[in-house]
Amino acid sequence: MADAPLLVLDQVGKTFHRRGSTPLAAVKAVSLTVHVGEIVALVGESGSGKSTLGRIALGLLPPDSGRVMFDGHDLTGLSRGDFRRVRTGMQPIFQDSTAALNPRRTVRQLLTQALWQNPVDVEARCIGLLEDVGMRPAARFLDSYPHELSGGQRQRVSIARSLAMEPRLIIADEPLSGADVSIRGQVLNLLLDIQDKRDVAYLMITHDISIARAFAHRVAVMMQGEVVEVGPADQVLRTPHHAYTQRLVAAVPVLA
Amino acid sequence: MSRPDAVSAASRPLLQTEKLEIAYVSRDSTTVAVRDASIVVHEGESVALVGESGSGKSTIARAMLGLLPEGSSRIAQGRILIDGQDVTAYSPRQWEGMRGHPVAMVFQDPLSYLNPVLRIGKQIAESVRRHDRSAAREAARVTELLELVHLPASAARAYPHELSGGMRQRVLLAIALGCRPKLLIADEPTTALDVTTQAEILALLKDLRQRLGMAMLLISHDLGVVWEECERAYVMFRSRIVESGVTRQIFSAPQHPYTTGLIKAAKAARNSDNRFETIQGEFSTAVD
Repeated sequence: MADAPLLVLDQVGKTFHRRGSTPLAAVKAVSLTVHVGEIVALVGESGSGKSTLGRIALGLLPPDSGRVMFDGHDLTGLSRGDFRRVRTGMQPIFQDSTAALNPRRTVRQLLTQALWQNPVDVEARCIGLLEDVGMRPAARFLDSYPHELSGGQRQRVSIARSLAMEPRLIIADEPLSGADVSIRGQVLNLLLDIQDKRDVAYLMITHDISIARAFAHRVAVMMQGEVVEVGPADQVLRTPHHAYTQRLVAAVPVLA
Repeated sequence: MSRPDAVSAASRPLLQTEKLEIAYVSRDSTTVAVRDASIVVHEGESVALVGESGSGKSTIARAMLGLLPEGSSRIAQGRILIDGQDVTAYSPRQWEGMRGHPVAMVFQDPLSYLNPVLRIGKQIAESVRRHDRSAAREAARVTELLELVHLPASAARAYPHELSGGMRQRVLLAIALGCRPKLLIADEPTTALDVTTQAEILALLKDLRQRLGMAMLLISHDLGVVWEECERAYVMFRSRIVESGVTRQIFSAPQHPYTTGLIKAAKAARNSDNRFETIQGEFSTAVD
């Protein structure tokens, strides 16, 4: 693993102002780095600010303060065109693959759309992408609509779509939380294969401590808008220092 | 693959299914969601029904309370016995008298089972009234039930949307307890909750079972929760119960390959090849 920083969140803050209610500081001066080829898990409970931070990293939400650097570019200072170009290097995978895929497009159309930057050899590349995500024989799936696929297959198509942009960082927000344990292992292995082959980095946003521990190199624990603990996954989740991490880890029912 | 139960022969079966088969019927197809399922829950026992989505576990749970969708489903074979009484062929009206007592149920998403425009206190009072018609005691009983689930008395004035997910699940529990059930069927009661809230609700359930002597049938996909909460377990796979027995025994020496795979996958650990465990094949057959 190279040590070059790929994504740098520097003192990022975001406050939501709600009518008739006190402002909500969802993210408070958070700093976090994801290096080239690294897997970082962002762990926390609902309302901790982890998804807001993910959206800020993807440029879907402008931060109130701080900087987001991707691949050496400050995303907040880029022109629209430059932002679009830089941002393709960073792709999301969402929790709900059904909602992420247009139901009226076939797999071929969904993948073709994602190849907009360089639309040559589209058919062959679509097949290549499907094979990369373990959908074989790929040709069989090209003309399927999302509703004709199983949940696991839909998640694979949505991953293939993200890969079409040849990203260097994939930000996955709870990619497994709707999935059964039998599908969970398949998707995690797929993500590992992709990393092996393409050297992508992952920022995985998850509430699942056991997955974070087994999947990530490093873990950052978020609570009430702040990163309270960050370090090697095994260390943070086996011998946590912060009281909240200790409480979180203790609450997970474990199979002996 | 069944093993001897840890329960003494003296304890009475509260709920039983015998070789139950349930089918979903549409105009042009029939899907069997549950096959040959025999389950028993004795008084005071904590039992789990484990499986993945589509395994048929929620279908069984609904059948146990007469909540199967009318017209599109039917019990094709077998019997359901509650407190020794055969309820298999009960009419909706007969079920109405049965619901909440002796068997009550709580669900995964409390919000869809609570009336959004009624205050919490009223909704709990409704369940109290079903089994105890004296109005004088009603208010006191509502307060008592709120206390039982560790909610402040002031929660009675709240509407469902004003409460957190964990508090809503407590309200659903209070409503269920209002009927003084001998058995609580809990269908994925903590699946939508954060782990720390889940731990609180599970501790509450354990406490309630001990204080009230209530039995529990926990429907869950989470093997960690089952391991910690249930003495016995039934494992469902593709509409069938493939393994049953004492939880600790099943988990330490599973007999069915599916159970073995499920346990490995649930541990979310990597194997010697640095890969995550998977279970081969496509497991879902029907909707859950």
